[in-house]
Amino acid sequence: MVEMINITKRFPGILANDRVSFSVKAGEIHALLGENGAGKSTLMSILTGLYRPDEGEIRIQGTPVDLQSPRDAVAHGIGMVHQHFKLVKPFTVAENIILGLKGIKEVYNLKSIDESVAQLSREYGLHIQPDSPIWQLSVGEQQRAEIVKILFRGAEILILDEPTAVLTPQEAKDLYKTLRKMADLGKAIIVISHKLSEVLAHTDAITVLRGGRSVGTVRTKETSEMELTRMMVGRPVMLETVKNPVNRSSKVLELHNLSALGNRGQFALKEINLDIYGGEIVGIAGVAGNGQRELAEVVAGLRAIERGQKKVDGNDLTLASPKQMIQAGVSYVPEDRLGTGLVPNLNAMENYLLKGVQRMPSGFINWKQVAQETAEVIKKYDIKVPNPKNPVKMLSGGNLQKLLLGREISGKPRLIVTMYPMRGLDVGAMETIRSLLLQERDRGAAVLLISEELEELFALSDRLAVLHGGEVMGVVDPHKTTFEDVGLMMAGKRMAAHG
Amino acid sequence: MEQSIWLALLSTGVVAGTPILFAALGEILTERAGILNLGVEGMMLVGAVTGFMVTMSTHNQWMGLLMAIVAGGLMALIHAFLSITLRANQVVSGLALTIFGTGLSGFLGKDLIGVPLTDTFKPIPIAGLSEIPWIGDILFKHDALVYISYGLIFILWFFLYRTKTGLELRAVGENPAAADAAGINVFAIRYACVIAGGMLAGAAGAYLSLAYAPSWLENMTAGRGWIAVALVIFGTWNPLRAFLGSFFFGTIDVMGFTMQTIGIQIPSFFLKMLPYIFTIAVLIVVTRETKTRRVASPEALSIPYNREER
Repeated sequence: MVEMINITKRFPGILANDRVSFSVKAGEIHALLGENGAGKSTLMSILTGLYRPDEGEIRIQGTPVDLQSPRDAVAHGIGMVHQHFKLVKPFTVAENIILGLKGIKEVYNLKSIDESVAQLSREYGLHIQPDSPIWQLSVGEQQRAEIVKILFRGAEILILDEPTAVLTPQEAKDLYKTLRKMADLGKAIIVISHKLSEVLAHTDAITVLRGGRSVGTVRTKETSEMELTRMMVGRPVMLETVKNPVNRSSKVLELHNLSALGNRGQFALKEINLDIYGGEIVGIAGVAGNGQRELAEVVAGLRAIERGQKKVDGNDLTLASPKQMIQAGVSYVPEDRLGTGLVPNLNAMENYLLKGVQRMPSGFINWKQVAQETAEVIKKYDIKVPNPKNPVKMLSGGNLQKLLLGREISGKPRLIVTMYPMRGLDVGAMETIRSLLLQERDRGAAVLLISEELEELFALSDRLAVLHGGEVMGVVDPHKTTFEDVGLMMAGKRMAAHG
Repeated sequence: MEQSIWLALLSTGVVAGTPILFAALGEILTERAGILNLGVEGMMLVGAVTGFMVTMSTHNQWMGLLMAIVAGGLMALIHAFLSITLRANQVVSGLALTIFGTGLSGFLGKDLIGVPLTDTFKPIPIAGLSEIPWIGDILFKHDALVYISYGLIFILWFFLYRTKTGLELRAVGENPAAADAAGINVFAIRYACVIAGGMLAGAAGAYLSLAYAPSWLENMTAGRGWIAVALVIFGTWNPLRAFLGSFFFGTIDVMGFTMQTIGIQIPSFFLKMLPYIFTIAVLIVVTRETKTRRVASPEALSIPYNREER
C-alpha cells in the first residue's frame, strides 16, 4: 500500500535518513523499531508531509506521489496519531473531529455530526462519546478520539507514534485489539515503538532503523528479542541488569498519612504511607498524572504538605523548605532535565555550581575549584561536553542526565528522588544511568525511582509501589509479581501489601 | 418622579456603556484567538480623534465612523505585526500601543479641543419597540450606533459558537499547535482577529467623540479602554455577558450625575472613582473564580505561536 524507496534526508550536520526503504501492505500492522535518533520520526514526518525528502520516492497504491504538506498527506489517506495529542481540550470530541475538515458547512449541525462520529466509532469498536469535552476524558479515551479523527478523514494508512507510552498494560492490549480490527478491515497500520515485547506480541512485520539507516525488515513470527536488540543496537546487549542482593539499613524516608494538593487545588496525594530504607530502590509505577510528580515534589520540599508527616532519618521535616531538604541529604533529579534540573543557558560549570554554591563560605566563587570539580564529574561519568563553557542546552539528553545525576551524586545524598530518569535516552546512556543508580543503592543511599516503564521498574526496584488517583494501591515485591498484576493496580485495583 | 429618575439613569447607562461594549467585543475577538491587546485605550483615542476630524471636514458622521474604524484597524496592525510575526511580549507591545495612541491623538487633536460639532449621531427612537414601558425607554430611544452594538453582540456570539470559522478561531486561541496540525492558518486568523478587534476599538472611540460627548478632549477615553479589557474577563470571553457588564459599568459611570440631580451629597471625585474601584473589585472576584472553577481564559492567550517549538 505504501512504499518509501531510498529516502534520504539531511539536516545541517546530520544525515537523518540514509537511503531508507520501507513498505507496508494493507491489512498489516508494521512496527518501526529503533532507538532515539535512529531516524524513525524523520521518516514518518516525511510520510506525513511535514518534511520533504532530499532523495527518494514515495509510492501509494503503486503510484508515485509528491507530499508537499500535511494536507497532501491527508488527501492521500495518511493519518498520524502523535505522541502528544493534537486536541483542543475545551472542545467536544465531535468539534475536534470537524476542526479543519473540508466539506463542513459554515453553519454546521453538531447533532448530525455527533451521529456520524458515533456510527464510525461503533464500526471500529472504539468506544467514545462524541459530545463529551476532551478535558473530561482519560488519556486512553483521548487517544481513541485521535484515532476516530483520523478515520473520519478517510485515512487508509494510520501511523501511531509510541501509542502505548501513556497507557496501562490493559489499555495497551485493547488498543492493539482495535488496531488488529482496523487492519482486518483493510487499513495499513504503522506503529513507531521502542518496546520490544509489545512489538513482538502484536505486529506482523518489523523494520529496524539504526543511525538513520534501515537495518532490515523481519516477519514478527520469525524473529526473537535477541535478534531485534542486536539489530537495534548493533551489538549484543545485556538485557538483564546484574544486581547485588539488597542490603537494607535504617529507614531514610518516612511518609505518614501524607496528603497534598495538585496544581488545580484538588487532592493529588491522599493518605500516602511509604517508607524507604537506605540501600534499596523503591519504584513508583502508575500511569502519568496519578500523583507521581506531586509525590516527587513533596519529598523534595517543593510542594506544601496539607496533612500528614514527612521524616528523613527520623527528623520531622514536614514543613522543611527545599534548602532544608537538600541539607538533610535529599537529592532531586526532576523529569525535565532542562528546566527544573539544569539551567539551559548556563554552562556545565555554572550548572554544577548551582547545587554547591553554599560550599563557598566567603560568598565569592572560586572558579578554579569549580572547574576542577566539574572536570572530575565530566571525566568520571564520561559526559561528552565539547566545551564546559558552552550553554548546557546544546548537550544531548543522555549527557544532560549524566551531568545532572553526577552533580547530585557528588553530594553523597541520603535519598535520591528521580523521575523518568531514562526517558528519551539511548541504550548506552540508559545502561550508565542504571548502573549509577545501582551503585548509589549499594553505597547505602535510598532511591525513589518514578517511572512509566514497567520493564525498567521491574529490573531496578527492590520494592514497587503503585500509584492510582493519588493513592498507593499497594507495595509489591517485583520478583514475586507479574506485569498483569501491576497493570491492574495501575488501573485502580487494590492489592494486599507484601514485600 | 422617582420612576423617571431611575429610567433616566438606566437609559444613560446604556449609552455610557456603549463605547465600552464596542471595545470589549473587539477585545473578546482578539483574545479568543489567543492574542492579548492592552492597546485598547490607545486605539480608542486614535479612533475618537480620527472620527472627529473626518466628520468635521466631510460633515458626514458615518464617514467619520468609517475612518475611525480604519484608524483603529491600522493601530491594531502594529500590535499584530509585533506580537504575531515578531513574537514580541504582548503585554509590552500593547502598553506601548496605548502610550503611542495617547500621544498621537493628543498631537492630532490639539487644535480641535472645544470645537463644536454639528453632524453627530442623534437618538432615533424605534417605532413600536420604544413604546414598551421601561424596556422601550431604557433600550430603544438611542442613536443608531447603540442599535448596531446590540446587533453585534448576537452576531459575534453566533459567529464564535455556531460557525465553522468561529470554531477554528477558538481552536487557535486554545491550542494553536492542534489547529495548525488540522490545516488551519493560525497566523491569518490571529491577524484577522487582532485587526477586527482594533476596528471595533476605533468605533468605540468614534462613539465617544461623535455621539456620547460629542466633542474632542485630550485623553477623553478616561480609562474606558482599560475597563473594556477588565470587562472581557468579567464576561468570561462571552459577548452576551459582556453586554451585561458594559451596561453595569455605564450605569455606575453616570450614577454621579443622577445622585447630584436628586440632591445626594457625595464628593464628586469619589463618584468618578467608582467605575475603577468596581473594575478592581471585579478582577479580584473573577480571578478567584477562574482559579477554582473551569471558566478559564483561552489557554494559549498571550503565548506567541512558533511552529518550530512544538
